[in-house]
Amino acid sequence: MATEQAAENYTVEDLVALNPYNPDILNDLEKFVNEQVSSQTYNLDANLSLLRLYQFEPERMSIQIVARILIKALMAMPAPDFSLCLFLIPEHVIDLTNVSDVQHAVLLPSVFVATFFYVRSLNCFESILSSLVYTFVVANGGAIQDIDSSFSLPGGFEQAIQTYAIHLLSLTYQKVPRPVLAEAINIEGLALDKFLEYHAANSGWVIEKGGQSQVIVLPRNEFNHPELKKNTADSVPFEHVTRIFPVLS
Amino acid sequence: MAAPYDREDGLAPAPPQHAPDAYDPNYVPDSVKTFVVHLYRHIRDKNVYEIHQMYEGGFQRLSDRLFRDAPWPSAEAVAPYCDGDHVFLLLYRELWYRHAHARLSPLTAAHRAESWTNYCDLFTVVLHGVVNMQLPNQWLWDMVDEFVYQFQSFCQYRAKLKNKTEDELNQLQQFDKAWNVYGVLNYLQALVEKSMITQILEREKEGLEQFTATDGYDYEGGSNVLKVLGYYSMIGLLRIHCLLGDYHTGLKCLAPIDLNQQGVYTIVIGSHISTIYHYGFANLMMRRYVEATREFNKILLYILKYKQYHQKSPQYDQILKKNEQMYALLAICLSLCPQNKLIDENVSTQLKEKYNDKMTKMQRYDDEAYAAYDELFSYACPKFITPSPPVLDQPLTNYNQDAYRLQLKLFLYEVKQQQLLSGIRSYLKLYSTITIGKLAQYMEVDEATLRSILMTYKHKMHSVDSDGKIVSSADFDFYIVEDIIHIVESKPTKSHGDYFLRQILKFEEMIGELEKVQFD
Repeated sequence: MATEQAAENYTVEDLVALNPYNPDILNDLEKFVNEQVSSQTYNLDANLSLLRLYQFEPERMSIQIVARILIKALMAMPAPDFSLCLFLIPEHVIDLTNVSDVQHAVLLPSVFVATFFYVRSLNCFESILSSLVYTFVVANGGAIQDIDSSFSLPGGFEQAIQTYAIHLLSLTYQKVPRPVLAEAINIEGLALDKFLEYHAANSGWVIEKGGQSQVIVLPRNEFNHPELKKNTADSVPFEHVTRIFPVLS
Repeated sequence: MAAPYDREDGLAPAPPQHAPDAYDPNYVPDSVKTFVVHLYRHIRDKNVYEIHQMYEGGFQRLSDRLFRDAPWPSAEAVAPYCDGDHVFLLLYRELWYRHAHARLSPLTAAHRAESWTNYCDLFTVVLHGVVNMQLPNQWLWDMVDEFVYQFQSFCQYRAKLKNKTEDELNQLQQFDKAWNVYGVLNYLQALVEKSMITQILEREKEGLEQFTATDGYDYEGGSNVLKVLGYYSMIGLLRIHCLLGDYHTGLKCLAPIDLNQQGVYTIVIGSHISTIYHYGFANLMMRRYVEATREFNKILLYILKYKQYHQKSPQYDQILKKNEQMYALLAICLSLCPQNKLIDENVSTQLKEKYNDKMTKMQRYDDEAYAAYDELFSYACPKFITPSPPVLDQPLTNYNQDAYRLQLKLFLYEVKQQQLLSGIRSYLKLYSTITIGKLAQYMEVDEATLRSILMTYKHKMHSVDSDGKIVSSADFDFYIVEDIIHIVESKPTKSHGDYFLRQILKFEEMIGELEKVQFD
């Protein structure tokens, strides 16, 4: 097929769309993952294709790349990308230990300790994040191998987690006390003030005086204001109505 | 003829000791001669109805009567009766190997590899676009279905290395190119692309093309083979991706087919069931329980109504098996995400009959619950495969269960997280408002932890659907104002819209039938 030499002319997205079941694009996909990390972009289909190719040829799997893919997937929350990636990674690569047992895990590669404790220090939704961050024990031919210490968290990681934290807050709270918000996004003091100002101007937040501290009123949506929820009990999705179009015509 | 999926491929490998006169590949009984002559003639005449009769009926009858445990005569032996037509012999061989996979056990690697080569040849011919036949949709579906099945079977076969003889291991090494995953995926992908089926379906929506309306058949003198194979290959790709654990891509492969409409996928009941089964399963693994429940409900209702018409067909056992599996999956969906109004009454009754005990257990979220989830999942899940070729050095192990264990593990992990939330559910159901402080007291955790738990509940109950929107799958919800939790219970209301839709379709059906009645 001409795609080998034409690889430079096709973008990686094209390759994945046109010819995904091709072992020759593995290196391109790996390069693309690194690109995603450095340029703070993300492409789920390309990453899934790469994980699939690793499944087909396990000798070519790179633990570094897999770790990068997983962290990028984590940053895509609330999309279920992280779970989707896990389905494709063989058991012996990731040890799905419950994080509460983390002290008893065999060996913690430095990067994932860093991730885990960093995320923990965000001090938010421990139970959520503990369900998402796993200890990552790499066993390679019997010898436990540490992830390359030059591994660092991709740029934008903190912002992505903060965005997700805010998303969850707006599903849950109509009015959230300032200390709770601060804990959730791990920002305090002056930085928090600036953060609040920014969102008050751009995202429709309103800052009020509450019982014990400032209270932030989050924008109304159907999840924190059930009365806004369209009464879906009796409404029928459009696709279902299309079933009777042949009858009506 | 759809092969049963749950067969193990032979136990302790006993080399098939055929007495010299037991199977002679060159002996062609008279009934087979007539069969071949007639089938060849019907295919040349493009007489789809007759082909279908012979394919479904004749082939089955002869297999049962003459070839219960033995293969059909070899292709070379029947060649004289069909003018040695190359394409016809490819089709004949396809039937031959399908029969062999179903009835001959154990099947050697050599046979499997030959079948692979035959499929390659057959698909290559079709892809070149030189085929000028019209074949029944049932046959074309069975071709794709069997292709995927034999691939799955081969992966399972070669992953069980422990008890293989020297001979068998040599054969595996010799035929290491057979059924390689790239080939399988690329053939299906090629069929989808060469047939331009996605464009055809698009154009059909705008009224520029006739495909579904003619059941895929070509009434203008052309051939339906490439188009329909392309269509069914999309379902084949969905199935393979589910076997690999890549649910997202599987659903993408199916995207051109609109499941809310009748389509070519509903014509052959086997393809209808296979599509919905894999679609539902993929959605279940992606935590889209509501969508999965909805589709399972529809198909189970359909099977309930129409299975009596398929009692005589060779696919009947398969239909029943998939029916049971989908009830199990439905039980899982409803236990993880209770819904009040998505299930039809009849389906609900059947579900209660089969799985009421298990569902009560599963919703208790104790240790017994895991056993129940494990059991149902293991019964109902597809036979996951490890696509990479085996490493044939000592020590030899059986690794055919690895893929299944991974998926099961991840699934149970998901169940466990639901368990963590069941405690809070039971409390929240009791109140309409409660302060965070009080609830924290009752649950014996501190406020910060409670807030985390509430957030986790929201996180788990809201997923992203296929359009990127946030969808809630909770049957009751809450919101927090500063320190007070307000619980909102969605009252179960009668959904009139759905009821009217169903009745409209039903009456339309009846009117159609009444109009067909002729009074003499």
